[in-house]
Amino acid sequence: MEFRLYMAQRLSALVMAPFVLVHIGVMIYAIQGGLSAAEILGRTQGSALWFAFYGMFVIAVSIHAAIGLRTILLEWAGLRGTLLNAAAALIGVGLFALGAQAVLAVTL
Amino acid sequence: MAAQATAMKVTVERGGAGTESHRQSFDVPAYENQTVLDVVSWIQQNADPTLTYRFACRVGMCGSCAMMVNGVPRWTCRTHVSRVLKDGALHVGPLRNLPVIKDLAADMDPFFDKWVAAEGRHHPTRSREEEIQPVDPAAPERQTASAGIECINCAICYSACDTVAGNPDYLGPAALQRAWTVYNDAKDANKGAILDAVSGKGGCHSCHSMGSCTQYCPNDLDPLSAILGLKRATTRRFFKGAK
Repeated sequence: MEFRLYMAQRLSALVMAPFVLVHIGVMIYAIQGGLSAAEILGRTQGSALWFAFYGMFVIAVSIHAAIGLRTILLEWAGLRGTLLNAAAALIGVGLFALGAQAVLAVTL
Repeated sequence: MAAQATAMKVTVERGGAGTESHRQSFDVPAYENQTVLDVVSWIQQNADPTLTYRFACRVGMCGSCAMMVNGVPRWTCRTHVSRVLKDGALHVGPLRNLPVIKDLAADMDPFFDKWVAAEGRHHPTRSREEEIQPVDPAAPERQTASAGIECINCAICYSACDTVAGNPDYLGPAALQRAWTVYNDAKDANKGAILDAVSGKGGCHSCHSMGSCTQYCPNDLDPLSAILGLKRATTRRFFKGAK
């Protein structure tokens, strides 16, 4: 399982790297002309592209962060076994729920 | 002790399994030229014969005398006091990350158990009836293997490793480096078993690449690179399917 988690964390990092760049790049670009929230929502709502982009981003973040925090909980908080895995799973699911909520609100 | 110069304040970690550890202070004659092992031996021979510590060769070949010296894991026989004194003081303790048997003698069992667990043992390609398999000393795999074979199991790297400190299941740099050298041995027939052994709980993927192993190795070996090699090999196997 450790090796699968390792691979999942590396692969999710690989996925996130371009997403982070596009995310930050678009944010900087989009506010140059002083776009309002309504104007931004007008561009993102109903867009399958932005739904796919941020949907995949949120999935990758949930996987990546949950595995990283699992290691910190193991080494720094001393959690082990079921408690450790349950805590990490809860973090992953929680991040996904928060992220999915935001993605749906902005793109639907 | 006629020609002794000034006295030096040395604190030693005492106690062990079952007893609470405490620091004991000794005044030891300071000489211009002495090793930490000399100091520990002086205390045992002249101040307190009950002090327990371990050494054998005294010349940096056996690795038995490894201890924490002012917070750093070192071979005490190869460490000159003058080089490590902190404000004129010296503190000696048992190796970190290992249970203590008594005083300065650490219990090496977990360290050696992990050598076995990392599968760093020979899996023969041929039987004794067959001819010996030639090894090309210039082959890149052989060069990689040769880079790690001078390890003498002193546990300095294991003691220096913060990942071991946080995760007692972690196999540690020495065991993983051993696995990596065997993995690169042309005469080894079961590389898959090695990758399996280092991919489990506490395997090479637990390493955070902090590099204390490589920094503190008294033999100038590079366990960090060996561990990275194992990570690459397991990842390559993951993408290629089986071995």
